Amino acid sequence: MAALKLKKGLSKHSAYDLKDPNAEVIETHTLAVLVENEAGVLARVIGLFSGRGYNIESLTVAEVDHEGHRSRITIVTTGTPSIIEQIKAQLGRLVPVHDVHDLTVEGPSVERELALFKVEGTGDERVEALRLADVFRANVVDSTLNSFTFEITGPSDKIDAFADLMRPLGLKETARTGIVALARGEKG
Amino acid sequence: MVVQALKDQGVEVVFGYPGGAVLPIYDEIFQQNDIRHILVRHEQGAAHAAEGYARSTGKPGVVLVTSGPGATNAVTGITDALMDSIPMIVLTGQVPTFAIGSDAFQEADTVGITRPCTKMNWLVKDTDNLGQTIHEAFHVATSGRPGPVLIDIPKDVQFASGTYTAPKQMQSHYAPKVKGDAEMITALVEAMEEAERPIFYTGGGVINSGTAASQLLREFVDETGFPITSTLMGLGAYPASGKSWLGMLGMHGLYEANLAMHGCDLMINVGARFDDRITGRVSDFSPHSQKAHIDIDPSSINKVIHVDMPIVGDVAHVLEDALRIWKSRGRKTNKAGLEKWWKQIADWKAVRCLSYEPSKKTIKPQYALERLEALTKGRDRYVTTEVGQHQMWAAQFLGFEDPNRWMTSGGLGTMGYGFPASIGVQIAHPDALVINVAGEASWLMNMQEMGTAAQYRLPVKQFILNNERLGMVRQWQELLHGERYSHSWSESLPDFVKLAEAFGAKGFCVSDPADLDEAIMEMLAYDGPVLFDCLVEKHENCFPMIPSGEPHNKMLLSGASTSDAIKEGGAVLV
Repeated sequence: MAALKLKKGLSKHSAYDLKDPNAEVIETHTLAVLVENEAGVLARVIGLFSGRGYNIESLTVAEVDHEGHRSRITIVTTGTPSIIEQIKAQLGRLVPVHDVHDLTVEGPSVERELALFKVEGTGDERVEALRLADVFRANVVDSTLNSFTFEITGPSDKIDAFADLMRPLGLKETARTGIVALARGEKG
Repeated sequence: MVVQALKDQGVEVVFGYPGGAVLPIYDEIFQQNDIRHILVRHEQGAAHAAEGYARSTGKPGVVLVTSGPGATNAVTGITDALMDSIPMIVLTGQVPTFAIGSDAFQEADTVGITRPCTKMNWLVKDTDNLGQTIHEAFHVATSGRPGPVLIDIPKDVQFASGTYTAPKQMQSHYAPKVKGDAEMITALVEAMEEAERPIFYTGGGVINSGTAASQLLREFVDETGFPITSTLMGLGAYPASGKSWLGMLGMHGLYEANLAMHGCDLMINVGARFDDRITGRVSDFSPHSQKAHIDIDPSSINKVIHVDMPIVGDVAHVLEDALRIWKSRGRKTNKAGLEKWWKQIADWKAVRCLSYEPSKKTIKPQYALERLEALTKGRDRYVTTEVGQHQMWAAQFLGFEDPNRWMTSGGLGTMGYGFPASIGVQIAHPDALVINVAGEASWLMNMQEMGTAAQYRLPVKQFILNNERLGMVRQWQELLHGERYSHSWSESLPDFVKLAEAFGAKGFCVSDPADLDEAIMEMLAYDGPVLFDCLVEKHENCFPMIPSGEPHNKMLLSGASTSDAIKEGGAVLV
């Protein structure tokens, strides 16, 4: 600005100084969105993400309060801190959304995922699969002479680790629920 | 029940077009006289007319259209209302509930199609829910940041009788925050007391907040003596004749307004959203200022520009609080700083950025608008526009003294908006002077509404600046695409005078600047719809202009060299 002879950064309070120095770092956040359980509400939430180009890493949804017509949508999303803030603000202004919680920043939380793995094998491999399942506290929920179906619950990285171990032992099919999460502590 | 609910909401006018799936509602309309139905000629026209009605009255506009094509035709108008935060209730017919999903005749997934372009929408499957849904729809459309809502009503639900819910029994958890955070407002007042180079940057939110907001803004601006600029959508909130007025800012805004935004040390954003037409290159946007942002929509804050003082709340509430706090602290401002600041602004004003080369042979579009302004000033006047060069010239050369007097498609930039919008305005204000400043190409996009104007004898004045070009497209092609004017001229234009006559309206055609005043006076005197074909200079460019991808201080003024004005990075921007 030649006319004013201002130097860049002259003002102590420039908005640009307030930027998080790590602003461009991509973060992963788990959001819990409490919504009115009505037709189209999930489409509204998903449409927001696709329409504005946000990422969904994982998404789960189910009714949690039948009387109050409430569903809980748990979304794991990634983005820069400013994008995450936008996502929360955009979700918050949808009419059927009651509440948006960012479990990643609102203190400690418990995150769990459930997965089913079908593992095919015979002999040593079959025995090894069963032994590892025991280590991971996975349950056998179905079996044939040549296969096991394991059920495992835990944080996503534990499930990833279990899947990695099962792969060489004949992993055939995987089903995962995506993350559900609650804040720790007594407050609801 | 639909008509009863509309009556209970105080609806006086509905803009619509009948069809198979809304016949039961039309039958009800036929049997009553409280609600006036305006028959448009295309559903897009209904939506824009409702926007014009809403924008000029502050009340929500109501649209009634049929299923399938009726609904899809309205989508552009609904999206336009969403982008410009116009309260609108759209009622669409739907095939009967048992036929939904069967690809029935005139079936479309209306709630699916309109989900991203409404603030909220509903498919009502049970007549018992109809009353509640309609009342909730009015509540949602008019509360918080206003916007369009849509209610899709299957035909069997229209036929069936059910229990009606009165407006008072309506339930909704939707209650946006209107009061701003007191601490943050105090911080803003403190910053205002010290600022050397403050500026008010106001937007459509001031208009949407109601006339009280404009009153408070005027008081605040005049008492502090701070300069004020506004976005396209906010024109009229502060009077153009006011002493602190700098004119519109943005891509085609005034030099002094944009440079003041660039050089300020305190920016007070009141109900504007840092749109890309305003900011130019974001990384160089007003680099040395503290910024405050008053907005009722939390998602507007820090979306484009990071601000220091975010204040979520209704403009009128926040301004009232801020004004009270500022007064109670002794009405302080930095007098010495302000004096220097105004001196600087006077230097920028001296550039006279709106000057253009006058001509005795051809009508310059700027001249046409100057004359229109001079000959209509002081009258009870409402102006709508289409989209393009004429829209920017209208914003630059017409002065607005009051809110709700200026209706234009800002966010979506919908060619074809202005004519139907002028119809909606005239319906709301039968005795007022309503002018649609148009380009010939935009105007043709919804010219079928001549039928509506003629049917209801609406004296809307269609002031067409006819350059036989898509002027703004042509301007960009000149600047950006090596003067290769690909499909940006208007071939085979109609004879607008004959066209007007064909509809039973009055037509004028003027090409000599010497005849202009008399023709405008004749247009104003004529009591009926007028098509005013003003043949203007064909290659005039709209200046000032911030080339896309450039910051505010890189403005092009008229006559400046425009070659290579837009760099490679800017070329991909719109």
